[in-house]
Amino acid sequence: MPKLGLNIDKYLRTQVLPTVWCPGCGNGNIVEGLATAFSRMEVDPTRVVVVGGIGCSGRTPFYVQTNAMHTTHGRALAYATGLKMAQPDLTVVVTAGDGDALAIGGNHFIHAARRNIDLTVLLYNNGIYGMTGGQRGPTTPFGSRTTTSLAGNIERTFDTVEIAMAAGATYVARTTTFDMQEIPLRIQEAMAHPGFAVVEILTQCPTYYGSLNQLGDASDMLIWQRDLTDGVPVKMLNREELLGPLRTGVFRNEKVTEFTQAYSDLCSQVGGNYGHN
Amino acid sequence: MNPEPNKNNQKLVMGNEAVAMGAIAAGCDFFAGYPITPATEILEEMSKMLPPRGGVFLQMEDELSAIAAVIGAAWGGSISMTATSGPGFSLMQENLGYASITQTPCVVVDCQRGGPSTGLPKLASQGDVMQARFGSHGDRPTLVITASSVNDCYESTVFAFKMSQKHRMPVILLIDGVIGHIREPVELPPAPPPRKATFPKIDADSPRFGDAPFVPFGHGPVTVVTGLAHQSNGLAETQKGSHTEQMIRTTIENICRDPEIIDSWALKYQLDDADVAIVAYGITARSAREAADLLRADGIKAGLLDLKILWPFPNEILRELAGKVAAIIVPELNLGQMVLPLKAAVGGRVVVHSLNRADGTLLTPNDIAEFAAKQLNSIEERTHA
Repeated sequence: MPKLGLNIDKYLRTQVLPTVWCPGCGNGNIVEGLATAFSRMEVDPTRVVVVGGIGCSGRTPFYVQTNAMHTTHGRALAYATGLKMAQPDLTVVVTAGDGDALAIGGNHFIHAARRNIDLTVLLYNNGIYGMTGGQRGPTTPFGSRTTTSLAGNIERTFDTVEIAMAAGATYVARTTTFDMQEIPLRIQEAMAHPGFAVVEILTQCPTYYGSLNQLGDASDMLIWQRDLTDGVPVKMLNREELLGPLRTGVFRNEKVTEFTQAYSDLCSQVGGNYGHN
Repeated sequence: MNPEPNKNNQKLVMGNEAVAMGAIAAGCDFFAGYPITPATEILEEMSKMLPPRGGVFLQMEDELSAIAAVIGAAWGGSISMTATSGPGFSLMQENLGYASITQTPCVVVDCQRGGPSTGLPKLASQGDVMQARFGSHGDRPTLVITASSVNDCYESTVFAFKMSQKHRMPVILLIDGVIGHIREPVELPPAPPPRKATFPKIDADSPRFGDAPFVPFGHGPVTVVTGLAHQSNGLAETQKGSHTEQMIRTTIENICRDPEIIDSWALKYQLDDADVAIVAYGITARSAREAADLLRADGIKAGLLDLKILWPFPNEILRELAGKVAAIIVPELNLGQMVLPLKAAVGGRVVVHSLNRADGTLLTPNDIAEFAAKQLNSIEERTHA
């Protein structure tokens, strides 16, 4: 990728390309961002596991040339928690969609955040269930049309950033697939952060969300994303400012005792040696 | 020289504690669970035993995440386990299927309670024997082991871990609220020192699934794991499922041919000259053994086939038994579950009588003996009529 000055092919599982994703899907931008972050950090692919759930986002582990675990719907974080605890010196990145992480897997999301276990979560938010053909999800904007809300969505919308912060995540950021240069930066920060790190990435689904809501093609939707977000990255905002649901930037970056470290300390207290393989 | 059993070395141990001790003896270094009656003591024991050994104990937010963490930990190189009861076992079914299709070694203990739903939390049941086999969607290999004493709880747990690693699959140990909570004097070996699991070396091109050895993440080259149908290299293959079908068939064949499974399938008690066989398992086998003695004291030649492994079902052993006895009695703490594969195995060559109870009360030796005697009398009456 010349514009980033890096060869990211090393971190792509090229033999399984093309992806299952539709033309114009934003998920490819996120994969590029992830591979770019891996490349800049020069990670050892055998020491990284990308864990995915079910849905469009859950396919990400197949496309990056690291260890890959494609799990069950909603449970990626629970699998990742066991994996990280078993081998704490592995780098574990979880890719989950809005439906996967906030509907069927909402409970695991808040509890993994509460533990502050050292996982990096890339939460792909396209506001819809893409893999099953465009149904309403927990982040579908109020009033939007989906195949299960053709007359408009009457349910209120989850704010990923608010939930992550309330549940105790210690690094919380939001970006969009419009902000191509920002995605790898946020992923690098999240991976370097010792604790539960959430990067919500707004990503376009022109096939379902776009067409059902007359938002045009992929490039029109990228402009729509730019206009929805204020374009001003935030460092820290007060609570009232945070209520604007589509601000981007880093909302929290705090050092709080990380869970595998707390567990290691607990073992030491009772005479155990929590193995780092 | 066989030393005389030294009663001073015996301790009063609860069934659930013996499961935890067996797990530690088998090298278990990861437990994730969620509190549930009547299995909670396993969770509590593991929370005490694992941290001083440097092992991982995790109390998760539900049973869905408990089994998921166990599978994740296995792929992190741990020897892992969870324990639950009926409601939690129901929640685990989807991820148990994931463990099957990804050929992940792990152990799941179901300390059964009366069902359906919340049912009879503290009481004994054998209502999950079919769920243990068929609870997860799709076909999969299953290995389901039982226990009918505290000592069994220990040994069956050790065996469950051994088989899960040998055949790289989830193994289910089915006990129940009474076996889990009963205390018996047993002499169990001290816990071995902690040890790290070791795995074979493989190349980047080596197959990861099918007949390949289990090599977790971080112990070799990059590996892809998916719950989708996949090739032996791990990559998804969703247009045809032949690799996955073959993996399932091979695992089932391997289990059924394994001499350790064949030797452990069932215990025969006084069956050599028996006219009537009681076929039982778990807590009910314990009553059935005494029932066989009671029947013999009354001049009826009775014996017991105690099923130690329920699934795969020991069809051959049952076929052989059907040719030797006049009747088979199947007492179960459910409304008739294991009697179904049993009837299929014997194929109408012998009369099968089902004795069932699902109200949380145990079947006593007298219940079983009286039922057996009554059925035999009615056979005699019909024969002489």
